[in-house]
Amino acid sequence: MQPITPTIRVEADDFDLQAEIDALTAGRTDIGAVVSFSGLCRGEKGTLSALELEHYPGMAEAEMTRIAELAIERFSLMGLTAIHRFGKIEPGENIVLVIACSPHRQAAFDGANFVMDFLKTSAPFWKKEHAADGSPRDWVSAKDADDKAQEKWL
Amino acid sequence: MTKLVYFAWVRERIGKPDEDLDLPASVVTVGDLLTHLATLGEEYENALQYPDVIRVAINQEHVEHDEPIAGAREIGLFPPMTGG
Repeated sequence: MQPITPTIRVEADDFDLQAEIDALTAGRTDIGAVVSFSGLCRGEKGTLSALELEHYPGMAEAEMTRIAELAIERFSLMGLTAIHRFGKIEPGENIVLVIACSPHRQAAFDGANFVMDFLKTSAPFWKKEHAADGSPRDWVSAKDADDKAQEKWL
Repeated sequence: MTKLVYFAWVRERIGKPDEDLDLPASVVTVGDLLTHLATLGEEYENALQYPDVIRVAINQEHVEHDEPIAGAREIGLFPPMTGG
């Protein structure tokens, strides 16, 4: 079997979910399951005007690639795409995309879940909130729940 | 000279995104580096007052605070990550 190379992108631009799925499945007849996760910016009941996503250029791509390769190996995935945006992102807009492909559904579900759990805790991105009323807001705090979600795979 | 890069509120509190520093020989580990930086001025002290929460990468790979910094070209300091 050919080694699977993940598609990893860190970009300011939005992504097209269907185009990314098509890129993974075009011409393939061995993929039986495609699971995608999209993370969107919440408006927090109108109080948030935007999130500003900062990242560590170079390390962000490297860390996402490392996580993706772990997932491909662990779940024998047939295709994996992970895209994370940076810059100013408004409520309703996309932030992150993970797509995992496998012959059967469980590996694709687990692979996408694994990548998201590790991405949250170890990919170097930080969110800053901008309030709708212009009042000063701060950096989003890391959540214990995210650490616990990652630890369940160890 | 070692290149230091800062992100998120660590960057904001220190007041610059990166800098090149000559580190004294007494700075052996990441933990030593955090202690040393906190002596460089009020802005550093403010950024690093809770060193346990600071995450560190050497040459763009995560490391623990007991990691030696010998051979580091670039050291990144940042808060716990909140992407995804």
